[in-house]
Amino acid sequence: MNLFYGRRRYIDMVPNALALVIDRLTVGYSGLPEPVLREVSLTLPPGVRAALVGPNGSGKSTLLKAVAGLLPPRAGTILIYGRPVGACHHRVAYLPQRGDVDWRFPVTVERMVLAGRYVHLGWLRRPGDDDRERVQTVLVKLGLEDLAGRQISQLSGGQQQRALLARALVQEADLLLLDEPLSAVDVASRRIIDEVLRELRDQGKSILMATHHLERIDEEFELAFALDDGALRQVARTLPALEGV
Amino acid sequence: MMEWLLEPFRFSFMQTGLAAAILVGVTCATLGAYVVLRRMAFIGDALAHTVLPGLVVAYLGGWSLFGGALAAGLLTALGIGWVSRRGAVREDTAIGVLFTAMFALGILLMSRVRSFRDLSHILFGNVLGVRTTDLAQMAAIAAGVLLTLFLLHKELELTSYDPTYAEVIGLSADRMRMLLLVLLAFTVVACIQIVGVILTSAMLVTPAAAAALLTNRLPRMMGLAAFIAIGSSLIGLYASYYADVASGAAIVLTCTAFFGVAWLIHSLRTRGAAG
Repeated sequence: MNLFYGRRRYIDMVPNALALVIDRLTVGYSGLPEPVLREVSLTLPPGVRAALVGPNGSGKSTLLKAVAGLLPPRAGTILIYGRPVGACHHRVAYLPQRGDVDWRFPVTVERMVLAGRYVHLGWLRRPGDDDRERVQTVLVKLGLEDLAGRQISQLSGGQQQRALLARALVQEADLLLLDEPLSAVDVASRRIIDEVLRELRDQGKSILMATHHLERIDEEFELAFALDDGALRQVARTLPALEGV
Repeated sequence: MMEWLLEPFRFSFMQTGLAAAILVGVTCATLGAYVVLRRMAFIGDALAHTVLPGLVVAYLGGWSLFGGALAAGLLTALGIGWVSRRGAVREDTAIGVLFTAMFALGILLMSRVRSFRDLSHILFGNVLGVRTTDLAQMAAIAAGVLLTLFLLHKELELTSYDPTYAEVIGLSADRMRMLLLVLLAFTVVACIQIVGVILTSAMLVTPAAAAALLTNRLPRMMGLAAFIAIGSSLIGLYASYYADVASGAAIVLTCTAFFGVAWLIHSLRTRGAAG
C-alpha cells in the first residue's frame, strides 16, 4: 500500500487529453495587488517542445510556478493531462533556476537524483533496487555516472543542471517545466540537454522551457509562446516572427 | 588501567549520569544535523528560554512542571513555524521575536509570584543528579525522536535542501519544518531538565557541526555526530570524576575539542586539495 504525498490521490490522466491547457490564467504574489500574469491562455499538445520567451520580468517563471502548483491562480484554470494542478504530481517535473537548491547540503548526486522516485514511493517506503537501477540508467544517459558519488556542490553549473534534469527523468514525468536551464551551462552540457529533450519529445512527453537562447529556436522547439508584461502576446509557429522579442 | 576506567562507574549516580548523557547526546546530535544544516543554531537556546512561562503557570496551578515546560516549548515551536510559513518572515527572525516574548512573559508572571527558586533546577539540570523517572522519560522521548527521524528521513532530507521540489511533488516543506520544530521542542524540554541549557544547546550544535566538516553524507554525519556526543560524554564524566570539575561543563568542552580537531582535519584536507 502506498501513502502518497499531498491530499489528492494518484489519478490517471484523462484519455487523449492535451498535455497542458491554460485558460485565462491570472496569477500574482501575495502582498502585490497587481497580478504578474493577466488572463493568459495557452495549450500544449503531447510530444511537443515549447519555448517560453520574453524579457526579464515578463512572467515566464511565474507561469511555470503556477503550472507546477507553487502559486495558486487568482483566476482561470490549469489542466494537466485533463486534471487540475496537484491531481497528478508525478506527471509534472519542475526545474527551477539553480538558486532554489541548497547546494552545500551533504547529499550526493546519486541521492539527489534518487529523490525523483519519492513521488512514486510516498511516505514510509524506501527506494529499492529497481529505483536505484533507474537512477543508474539516467546518470549514464546524462553523462553523470562518474560523478554519482560527488557532493552536489562539487559540480559545475552545467553538471548541476544535468543532475536536476536527471531527477526529472527518474520521476518519469510527462510534462517538464524548465526555467532557463541553459543559462550558465557549458557547451557539452547544453548538447546533452538538447539531446535528452529531443528524445523526450519523441517519447511523447511535453516540454515548456523558459529561455533566452533564441539563436537555434527553430531546431530546438516546435512551438513558441511570447510573454510580454504579463500577457501572452503572440503564439508563433513561424519562428522568424519572434525576432526582436 | 581497566580499574581506572571502571572505578567511577561503581557509583550508581555515575551510571545514571552516563546513561542520561548518552541519551541526551545521541538524540541532540542526530537532530542537530538538521539544526546545523538548516542554519538554526540558536534554536536550542531559544527553546530553552521559552519554557519559562510554562514553568511559572504550571507552578502556580500546581501542575507538572515538565508538562508546563513542554506546553510552552511546543507552543513556541508551532508559533515559529506558523509565523515563518511561506517565507513571510525569516525563520531566525521568528525565533528571535517569539523566544524573547516568551521569556519576558515568564519574567512578568514570575514577578507576580514571590518564591520562584524551586523553578531554577529545571533550567539548570545536573547530569549527576538525574533521577530514574527523568531517565525513563528521556529514554521515551529519545526513542520517539529517533524513530521519527528514521521513518521520515527521505522527506526531512529533501525538504531541507530542496523545499521547492518537495512542494511540486506534493510534500509540504512547511509541514516538515513544523514537525522538526516539534521534535526539537520535545528534545530540548526533556534535555534541559536533566542536563541544563548549555549542555543541551552544545549537544544540538557542536557534534553535528564537527561531523559536517568530516563527511558529505547526511546519515554518516548523524552517526558521526552521535559518536562524538557519546565520546564527549564519557571523557567529560571521567574528567569530572578524576579532576573534580563540573560534569556538564567538562562534556561541553570535550565536544568543543572534537570540533577543533574536525576543523583542523578539514582545513588540512582543503589545503591539500588546493595545493
